[in-house]
Amino acid sequence: MRIKALRKNWLYVPLIALAIFYLLPMYVMLVTGFKSFAEINLQTMWNLPHGLSLDNFIEAFSKLAPSLRNSFVMVIPATLISSMLGSLNGFVLAKWKFRGADIIFPFILFGMFIPYQSIIIPLVQFMNAAGIKGLAGLAMAHIIYGIPITTLTFRNYYASLPQELLEAAKIDGADMLGVYWHILLPISIPSFVVVLIWQFTSAWNDFLFAVVLTGNNDWPITVALNNMAGSQIISWNVQMAGSLLAALPTLLVYIFLGRYFLRGLLAGSLKG
Amino acid sequence: MFKNKDRYLSIILISPSILAVLIFVYVFIGWSIRVSLSKWKGLLPDYTWAGFKNYLALFSDPRFAVDVRNTLIFTGVFVIGSIFLGFLMAVMLDQGLKGEGFFRSLFLFPMAISYIVTGVVWRWLMNPATGTRTSGLNLLFTTFHLDFLVNQWYTTPKWGMAAIALAAIWQMSGYTMALYLAGLRSIPIELREAARIDGASEIQIYRRIILPLLTPVSLSALIILGHMSLKVFDLIIAMAGKQLPLDVPSIYMWQTTFDGLFYSRGAAISILLLISVAVLIIPYIRYTLREEE
Repeated sequence: MRIKALRKNWLYVPLIALAIFYLLPMYVMLVTGFKSFAEINLQTMWNLPHGLSLDNFIEAFSKLAPSLRNSFVMVIPATLISSMLGSLNGFVLAKWKFRGADIIFPFILFGMFIPYQSIIIPLVQFMNAAGIKGLAGLAMAHIIYGIPITTLTFRNYYASLPQELLEAAKIDGADMLGVYWHILLPISIPSFVVVLIWQFTSAWNDFLFAVVLTGNNDWPITVALNNMAGSQIISWNVQMAGSLLAALPTLLVYIFLGRYFLRGLLAGSLKG
Repeated sequence: MFKNKDRYLSIILISPSILAVLIFVYVFIGWSIRVSLSKWKGLLPDYTWAGFKNYLALFSDPRFAVDVRNTLIFTGVFVIGSIFLGFLMAVMLDQGLKGEGFFRSLFLFPMAISYIVTGVVWRWLMNPATGTRTSGLNLLFTTFHLDFLVNQWYTTPKWGMAAIALAAIWQMSGYTMALYLAGLRSIPIELREAARIDGASEIQIYRRIILPLLTPVSLSALIILGHMSLKVFDLIIAMAGKQLPLDVPSIYMWQTTFDGLFYSRGAAISILLLISVAVLIIPYIRYTLREEE
């Protein structure tokens, strides 16, 4: 057994090599971000900073602050509403086997895999015709195209609950909404966390919808960062600091709630 | 199980969502198809019937041929790379080592980041500048005397897409690892024990027992990653902008529609993209739902 344990320890070599590979971009973002402007040089990009300067972050933040705010303004309602809708839909689809429920469900699911290019022309036409502009339109798109995954997650969770739980509540005289409100909702907090994180991450990270539905006054962070990176005036060090700012909210969510993030991930491949 | 009143209530509860999905997914797809069969070119909608002209034009369009080729390169490198690396990481982490949770979180964290951030950072890591202006990974390679690894990354003629796929592997291999790890954990430990008692070596156990049992996981990974690579868009835009050697259907669609205002042609590209995704995804959904029952 001893020898075996020793042999196992060799696995740390490839694991640490891989860890370095995964951390390289983070390393560059961090060391570049904390360098002073005087230290910035592409040829010394791997060197550690001499001191801790916030030059790059201040510069990046001054450019990106409005779009960070736009992202929050759009993402928060989008996340909350699509999660709530998903919970209601999941409840109905899991607990009430009406004729056609089995047909409707795969049709909803397909909606989460489509390339959004295939609906983007009508979407823009529709938003223009309906007069829904900017962040409101973007939030609406995230709510609607989020329905498939949120519905799926909740349906699977509610379907896994024992039927007796609901029967007991019915005997106590609760109607359907009562059952949902008093029994299902309190125990679906973990599923809510999974779905909220998932929706927050995908709406925050989205680029395609954002770039068609918003203009330069209401760009969310992904669009603003991409434009920053494409511009010749803003140097790479500020881009690195900006990237870190753009990644920070979802990264923090991941660091603190990673377990739930993983569950959302598996649900998204229909494996949750 | 509920009374009639509840049935009506159920319908009221889910119909807004179903209606929204019906309109925003299915009606809109139909609408896109209609646009793709029209002559719409310019700011104002023009639904004059053009039949399949836009599709036929694409089939003989050299740029679309480049797109198909690029998509194939990207898909090949990205899917094979992510599955291979993901499987390897899952097997290593399944050995009950100390610090497993740490490595697992580390390999998975890029999933939380947007393609735009990934693209912006990797664009600098894969800086193709040479001579005294060498930087990024190339600089790292020269410093460690690994000069044979120095390359032009995404500006490599013909194979630039493979460099973009590397960044995508960085982002997505952790996800494949998570899929495989969940699969490995669901294999009963007795199965391995029994094989060990029968004298099978560890490698034989993986080849003869574990790998076949993981076939459904591999299939899911293949389909999910495959459909992602058909849709790849943000990552390329952020890494390299819109340039012909790195063109893919989603970018071609974008430029044709929103820069060139050739809406009908753009819609045709998007429908071809949709069909390629649907061919993968529809059997997958059917298979998964049937398995569930």
